[in-house]
Order: sequence, then C-alpha cells, then structure tokens
Amino acid sequence: MPAARAIDPIVRQALAIALAVGALGLSFGLLCADTGLGLPMSVALSTLVFAGSAQLAAVGVVADGGSALAAVAAGLLLNARSVAFGVALAPILGGRLGRRLAESHLLIDESAALAAAQSDPAAARRAFRAAGLAVLVLWNAGTVAGWLLTGAIDVEAAGLDVVIPAVFVALLAPRLDDAASRATALAGAAIALALTPVAPAGLPILLAAAGVGAGLLVARRGEAAV
Amino acid sequence: MTWAAVLALAAGTYALKAAGPVLLGGRALPDRTMRVANLLPAALLAALIAAGGLTSDGAWALDARAGGVAAAILVAWRRGSFLMIVGVAMAVTAGTRALATLI
Repeated sequence: MPAARAIDPIVRQALAIALAVGALGLSFGLLCADTGLGLPMSVALSTLVFAGSAQLAAVGVVADGGSALAAVAAGLLLNARSVAFGVALAPILGGRLGRRLAESHLLIDESAALAAAQSDPAAARRAFRAAGLAVLVLWNAGTVAGWLLTGAIDVEAAGLDVVIPAVFVALLAPRLDDAASRATALAGAAIALALTPVAPAGLPILLAAAGVGAGLLVARRGEAAV
Repeated sequence: MTWAAVLALAAGTYALKAAGPVLLGGRALPDRTMRVANLLPAALLAALIAAGGLTSDGAWALDARAGGVAAAILVAWRRGSFLMIVGVAMAVTAGTRALATLI
C-alpha cells in the first residue's frame, strides 16, 4: 500500500491546518521584525505564549507605541476565550496531572476546533494533540521565515490574512448539523459583531460564548415539540 | 516589548489555557454543563469567523476578506474539502485586491 494512503485522516487534517496557520506565522514574523523585535524574542513569543491572536495583539500594541503592560493586557484579554475552550475540552483532556499540564500548552483555537469536530473521545484527543503539535512546529517555522523574509512577502496581496477565518469556517461547518448548533453559531457571530465597535479587542469573542443561550433555548423548544 | 512582558504574557496565557484541563480534566461534567460545553465551540468559532471577515481594528469593515469568508462559507456549504475552502477564500481575497488596484 502506498505510504500516503496509510496516513491517518486526522493527522492529514492537522497538517493541513498547521500549513494554513504557518502561513499566518509569516505575517506574525513580519510584524515582529517591523516592530523591532529580535528573532529570539519573536520565537520566544511563538513557542512560550503560543496563542496567535494574543501574540499579534501584544506586538500590535507595541507597534502602535503602547507600553509593555498594555501589550500584556491586550494579549491576555484576547486569549481569555481559552478558558471557555478549556472547559469545553475538559472531558477529553484527562489523565495524570503532568499530562494535563503538558497538554494545556497545546490548547489553541485550531486544536480545540479539530478536537470538537470528532465524534468519539479517543479521536478527539488524537486530533487535539496532532493539531496542537503540528501547529506549534509550523507556527514557529512561519515566524522565523517571516522575520527573515521581511519586505519579500506581501501578506495582503496573497490573501494570507483570510486563511484563519477560512480555517474556522471549515472546522465549524460539520458542527452545524442541528438547529441548536446553528442558533448558537448565529448568536455568537451576532454578539461578536455587535460588541466589536464598543468593547476592547478580545472581549467580543469571549462574550460571544453567551450565544450558547440561544442554542439551549432552541434545543429545549425542540424537546418540547417532540 | 521587554523580556519581562514576554514572560508575563506566556505565564498568563498558559494559566488561561490550563484552567479547564487542570481543574476539570477527565471528569464527567453534569449533563447541563456538558450541553453548554458541547455548544461552546460553535459560538466561539462563529465569533472568530465574523471578527475575521467583517471587522478590522475594532470597527466593522467590509473589505476583500469579507468576500473571501463568504466564498469559504459557500464552498463549505457545498461540502468542499478543507483545502478547497481555504484555497478559494485566499483566491477570492487576493483576486479582489488585485482587481481593486487595477480599477
């Protein structure tokens, strides 16, 4: 059998996601270089913080002349949604404390989304690890490449800035097979859009979690009708 | 950016990530909590999609990315593959920008 056919579909999808996120890593590396961050600090952000939107926000604040404290606050606020993803994934992230501590570092939007797209807990855990590790490697590779290639890539002309929302579309679509999920997604998007002009960056995404209320209402009405 | 800020951000992000798995990991959550937990990803992913496609720097924005995200949704709805969805979104966004510079 050809080797390509033996690749686990979960691993294949994790690699595809990681490639897309790696492309975004290019723009993070570019931003770091433009903002005057050295390569070691840029890579430290991508390995130790390892949260794309928090990193982009923090460096973005510094690029706009903000203080380091403001940069940290923006980054943390933007990543507060990890708590919600962490609770959602808690049932599949069990095991010894050491393992839970190690796997927590791999909790990012993409690993949470690929895990949530699986139908059984074992597959979800495999998807979480595969996506987390693959993204960790390629996000850092992208950061280094972007930092080194400053001036050579035009992120916007290549359409690279739409990659992440498109990845989320691909990961969300299979979840929308019931009315409760569809209502939740619509409410979440509406909350995020409504709050964007008035709330600080990060808060709209976090508060979009309240969209779950719409899904619960729809689910209850569905049960009452049966 | 200072090294102290990098480390503070790393420690803070890690604490946010670890809260759920460390405090609740592997435990069977009550039915009601499970129902909320199962719906959470849909709410957050849809919010990230809306923010990525229709906002920019804390304001609503209708630009080439909106077209790309709309195309991605269309391809996903027609059950296109993962790479198709991402590829079409990039092509539409890049194409729209290329056209805009021509006009």
